[in-house]
Parts: sequence; structure tokens; C-alpha cells
Amino acid sequence: MLFAGFFIWHSVVYAQQQRFPRPEFEGGYTFPEHQFLNQRGPLWEYMDVAVLVLTLLATSWMVLKKRSRQGLIWISLFSLAYFGFYREGCICAVGSVQNMSLALFNADYAIPFSALLFFIIPLIAALLFGRVFCAGVCPLGAIQELTGFRQVRVPKSVEKVLASIPFVYLGLAVLFAATGSEFLICRFDPFVGIFRVNAPYTMIIFGSLLLIVGIFINRPYCRYLCPYGVLQNIFSRFSMKHVTVTPAECRNCRLCESGCPYDAILQSDPPASREIKRDTKKGSLPYLLLIPVLAAGFAVILYNTAPALSGVNGKVRLAREIRLEKEEGVKAVSKAAVAFFESGKTEDELFGEEQQIAARFRKGAPWVGIFLGLALGIGLFRLTVRKIRTDYEPDRGRCFSCAKCFKFCPVKIKD
Amino acid sequence: MEDQKNKSGSRREFVKTAGRLFLAAPVIALPVILSKKRDAKGFVWQIDPYKCTSCELCRTACVMTPSAVKCTNAFPMCGYCDFCPGFLRQGAKTYNTAAENQLCPTGAIVRKFVEEPYFEYTIEESLCDGCSKCVKACGDFGNGSLYLQIMHNLCVDCNYCAIARACPSDAVIRVPAGEPYMRKELKS
Repeated sequence: MLFAGFFIWHSVVYAQQQRFPRPEFEGGYTFPEHQFLNQRGPLWEYMDVAVLVLTLLATSWMVLKKRSRQGLIWISLFSLAYFGFYREGCICAVGSVQNMSLALFNADYAIPFSALLFFIIPLIAALLFGRVFCAGVCPLGAIQELTGFRQVRVPKSVEKVLASIPFVYLGLAVLFAATGSEFLICRFDPFVGIFRVNAPYTMIIFGSLLLIVGIFINRPYCRYLCPYGVLQNIFSRFSMKHVTVTPAECRNCRLCESGCPYDAILQSDPPASREIKRDTKKGSLPYLLLIPVLAAGFAVILYNTAPALSGVNGKVRLAREIRLEKEEGVKAVSKAAVAFFESGKTEDELFGEEQQIAARFRKGAPWVGIFLGLALGIGLFRLTVRKIRTDYEPDRGRCFSCAKCFKFCPVKIKD
Repeated sequence: MEDQKNKSGSRREFVKTAGRLFLAAPVIALPVILSKKRDAKGFVWQIDPYKCTSCELCRTACVMTPSAVKCTNAFPMCGYCDFCPGFLRQGAKTYNTAAENQLCPTGAIVRKFVEEPYFEYTIEESLCDGCSKCVKACGDFGNGSLYLQIMHNLCVDCNYCAIARACPSDAVIRVPAGEPYMRKELKS
């Protein structure tokens, strides 16, 4: 096999030589020079960042100060047009998570400054004003916001289960990016195909299905898939300012209860039940102790799935294919295998690389497990230390600041 | 009761502030950590034609459909053959330029008569999908003047190129943005 590979490699290398002489034309033929076209200038990257900052500020102002859903829709339309259809969904903050991860864990990759800013600026905005990025700037959010015509409420239990998917998605996406295996989020971005008007047909179908579902169950991608939404969720919980359902004092009129399609309005506790709740407060200590147990448990589980996860990496897959051919005699026929035989690389080199990548997966996977365990554990713990509410207020983590609830509140302030 | 409420309220405030600082710290720190690294700015992806094994993965791996990789002809290297292995399919029953005899599945290679017995071959880039069938054939049987390049008017310049990850021969490399193409030149 090695010899065969060597010969093929030879034939490739010597293919570069001039087999047929360069013709000598008599009719005054001039050799055409191929004109290669260049990309757009680097100035545009800064333009993108400037537009991001401006739209974030505009959204915050529109939601927190003006309290105008109408204005928010205009901003969404602009973001969809600019970041979506004009910039074709690239660069986006959702995908920048992977650039970040790759840059942090790989010495030879340096993150472009614009990608770094696209990762950080929306998070700073979340710390200041809540999820304003989701509300009006993210093109993926905007396309769903603008197509969510009806509101069908999802049962709370289903919502909770589905809402845990993004955590897993984020964990895996960071792991795959950190090991240089795959940019999962970009690969399975449902709407980028619609923005670019070209994509594998499976992704077009997936994107269209999500949009159709989104007409009734609003923002399905944001709620049940978006990995960047997890970070936004966490950061927004600690935001300095956040959108409120009511512009002044809440009258507990219950009119906004059905106003939120995402079930992100936390209900006020009726005065009668406030005392009872205080008395029957569950013991929170066991749940606090459960957090490290869950983290450790998930770490063990993920550590054991690391070999399976490493199959996502192309080099690992190739090495497995070659090994299968060597040991079991199953012919390696994939394009990667054919190219490998032609490239003149030795099998030992390949297997060495496979070992390295597998080791990185074993190192990284437990951390993903710890993250998932912590998320689940803290989520459970939070249920036991629930604050007694006297007002209707948005759940800062899950609220997209979409301003849909404003019209349900009868309290108005006149300018 | 009121006292207890205040106590738990201030505890909550403390957790909030702590969390805010805890989250803000890495966000502020990240640019500092990462800006110390060499900036990747000013580099774009390109195929080294001398490393490329024309494995056909460029066609499918690129995030763009059709791929941003296109075939191009290095005219000074080209033999202007009448019987071009990149243009005509091997094993064709008859020897003419009918569609069934052409190698290119999209008919992207344009053949133009120059003078006896030479023909000029140019690539219609809007039709080419980077399948590299012609590149392989030209490399195996001809002068190897047909080669693949990432066209930067189409490339969206992903920070981690999908083709670079898929390329089994590591032929997709970062090149300076000032000189984004790797031309094949005639070797003397």
C-alpha cells in the first residue's frame, strides 16, 4: 500500500512538468492574463462593528426609553436587511462563539478583531440593558420576529425541556471548535441559506420548517437551539437595566399574563399565598449540595463519550477508515482516503495526529460536562430560593425584550 | 418579618453585584488576552496549487453553494492541445466536442480555435463548481495548467475555512491579503 501511495504521489509531483511544449503562435496571439477579482476592503469590517453598536443603542433606546414596538420592528427590518441579506449572515455574534473558542485553545489561530468585537459587544449590551441584541439586532432573531404572526403557548414542562437543548448545543459547539474539528453552529445555521439564497437543500428545508413553526411557536431557533442565546440568557440575568412590563407601578391586573408568547413574564404572587410560600419554603441546602454532584456526574459521562465525539473530526474519521482497511481489509474509498494516499503522508503520521486530537477531546469533554452539570444544578437550586414577587416582571434570562407585552399593560405614562 | 425581607433582599443584591462582576471580568479580559496573539487580520485563504491533489472536496466542503473555488487556466503553461484531456472525456466513443464527450459536468470550459492545431481553453467561472475533474485530468495527462483557486469575490472569508478543514492534503493555507492568489507559473 505504501509503495502504491508513493508511486501515485510521484505521478502527481511529476505531473507539473511540461508534457506538451508551449505552442509558438504565428498569428500574433497574445497569452491572456487571467484577472482575479479581489474581496471587499477591510474598511467594511469596521463598518459592520459600527452598525452593530448603533443598532444595539437604538434598540435599547427604543425598548427601554421609548417603549415602542413599532420602532423595534423598523430596527429589526434594518438588521435583517443589513446583517442578513446584505452581509449574508456573516459575520454574526452567534457564530463568533466558535472563533472565540478556537482562538482561546489554539495557539496558531488568532481571532480577527471584528469577530472578537462581535462576540463581546452584545454581551456587554446584555449586562447593561438585557437581551437587546436578540430583540432587534440579531438577523436570525429578526427574521423570526417578523414572521411570528400567531402566538401559541407551549406547555411549561415542554418549554423547560426544550430550553435545555441550547446548553448542550453550546457545550458541543465550543468543544468542536476548540479541537479544530467543526464549526457546528455555522454548519447548521438554518437561516443563512435563506440570506444567501443558496445552501444545501436540507438546510433550506430545515430553515423553512423553522420559519413555518415560528409563525405559531414564535422564535423557535432562539428558544430551543441558539447557543449564543445561552450566554445572553446568563448575562441578561445580571443586567443593570432591563425592560419592564409596565412603565410605572404594577397594578397586578393580570392583563399581561397572556401577553408573552415566550412565557417569560413572571407572575406576581397573590398576597394570600405570599405568607404560605414563605412558610413552606423548601430546604435549599440539598440542592446546593447537588450542584457539584451533578457537575461531576456529567463530567464522567462526557469523558466517556469523548471517543464517540471525536469522530466529528475529519482527521480522526480518516484515520479510522485507514485503520479499518489495514486491519479488517475493508477498502478505504472515501475522497479523503484517496487524497491521503496521493499526498504521500505516512500512516504513522496520521495515527499520531489522531491520537493528539483524541487526547484533546478527552481533555475538553469533561469541562463541557461540568458546564452542563452546573447549569442543571444551578437551575434546580434557583427553584428552591424563589423570590416572592409583588409585581409582574419579565424573566430576565428568557425575555427577548421584544416589547410585545407593552400593549397589554393598562398603565400608561404621558410625556 | 420586615427585617428578614430586607436581609434576603440585600443578599440578593449582593449575589447580583457579584454575578455582574464575575461575568464582566472575563469579557473585559478576553480582548486583552487575545490581542497579545498575532493578529490574523490581513490574511485570506487560498489553495496552493502545487499541494492540491484535486480530490473534489472543494466542491462540497465550501459553505458557499456553488463553491467559491473555481478552476482557472495558467495560459503560459497550457499546451493548447486539440485533444485536451481536461476538456474531453476519456473513453468517449467519438472524437468531437459534443456535450456527452466533454469532461466538465457543467460545461464550464469554453474551447476557442486559435490557429491550427491550437485551441484556447477558458473557464466560464459562473458555471464552474470547483469539482476539479478537469484539474485532475490535466495534471495526469497534460501540462497541469488547469488549477483551482479560491475566488475572493465569492469567498466569504470564514475565519476557519470549511475547505481548509476538509482538505486532506492541507493545501488550503493562509496567504497575505495583499496577494490573495497563488498563480501557477511556467517553470523554466
